[in-house]
Amino acid sequence: MAESAASGPGMPQLDVTTFSNQIFWLIVALIVLYFIMSRVALPRVASVLADRRGAITADIAAAEEYKQKAHEAEEAFKQAEADARAEAQRIVEAAKAEMQESLNAQIAKADAEISAKSAESEKRIREITANAVSMVSDVSNDVTADILAVFDVKADSKSVASAVKDQLKGDA
Amino acid sequence: MAEESGGLVIKPMDQFRVEALFGGDIAWYTPTNVTLWMALTVLAATLLMVYGARGRALVPSRAQSAAEMTYGFIYKMIEDVAGHDAVRFFPYIFTLFMFVLFANLLGLIPFAFTTTSHIAVTAVLAFTVFFAVTALGFILHGTTFLKLFWVSSAPLALRPVLALIEVISYFVRPVSHSIRLAGAMMAGHAVAKVFAGFAAALGAFFFLPILAVTALYALELLVAVIQAYVFTILTCVYLKDALHPAH
Repeated sequence: MAESAASGPGMPQLDVTTFSNQIFWLIVALIVLYFIMSRVALPRVASVLADRRGAITADIAAAEEYKQKAHEAEEAFKQAEADARAEAQRIVEAAKAEMQESLNAQIAKADAEISAKSAESEKRIREITANAVSMVSDVSNDVTADILAVFDVKADSKSVASAVKDQLKGDA
Repeated sequence: MAEESGGLVIKPMDQFRVEALFGGDIAWYTPTNVTLWMALTVLAATLLMVYGARGRALVPSRAQSAAEMTYGFIYKMIEDVAGHDAVRFFPYIFTLFMFVLFANLLGLIPFAFTTTSHIAVTAVLAFTVFFAVTALGFILHGTTFLKLFWVSSAPLALRPVLALIEVISYFVRPVSHSIRLAGAMMAGHAVAKVFAGFAAALGAFFFLPILAVTALYALELLVAVIQAYVFTILTCVYLKDALHPAH
């Protein structure tokens, strides 16, 4: 033992007298460290890591759920939009049909009025024409009678009228 | 150390001396600088993993994040290397990693004592793994564990030769496992000490070795972490052989 205190051999590592001391304290240190690590440190770190993993898993699941909900909300919105669009389309169609119907009715009514008016007009034109013709033949009769009177030709009104009538017919 | 030329006295190995804290001889129970620095190692690991993670917050603080990342790093390493059934050995492998990591890192503090630079310490760590893994292999698989040495994919004539090589390499494992760690730690610290000694001897050019020591320190920081990683991943590899001995 006393020899170790002297400067001894070159390498203190090879000084066998200190081996028992080093080995003893090494074993003590290892046992103490092993118990601290295995009983306190490692379970603690392991539980923290497990908690974190659990929290992350739960958060991811929650996020997935929210995503699903958002997706559902989007679907519902799309559905509502499509419904509203279809409803609007239907209303537009109905209004169009209604308008078309009333338009048709009014056109028919207007047509009927127009044909009634034109029939009446036609009738009046015919009357006027007939009137005019009879007036022309009257005037012609009178004129013819007067002319014949001037030339002292005796003629009864009946033959004059038929002659004028023939003449007018030929002209017409 | 015998030659002393021009006042240049560098004793790079003195930092590795085991000394009793309160003087006197060193018996197996004497509190020494080994005791002190191993206690600090345990304290530092506890500080990170227990005090750092005390918040148990869902959104972690920096210290809690560091603790969780260390946990996840080792857990995933065991799962990837040794398979899922190796996870029941997680606490011991984690303890090993934390011990080696913080012993290496604390050893980088100036005037610190590096417990992992001692072959006695790393040999105990490595042989513990070696015996535990070997015993586990026989307990789980009985004599079929020996198939580890019998390379069934090789031609029959070659198998005895390969078996011999496999057996030798199996028994060399704890030696390389322990010497790798202690050697890396010791070499780095000794070199740093030698450069620091040059700084005192070079006078006006003292800054050159100091720059070198600074660069070396960055490298040693890397080595400290990598050696802890290597020690742990090798433990996982050996554990895999015990759990799944078939090639």
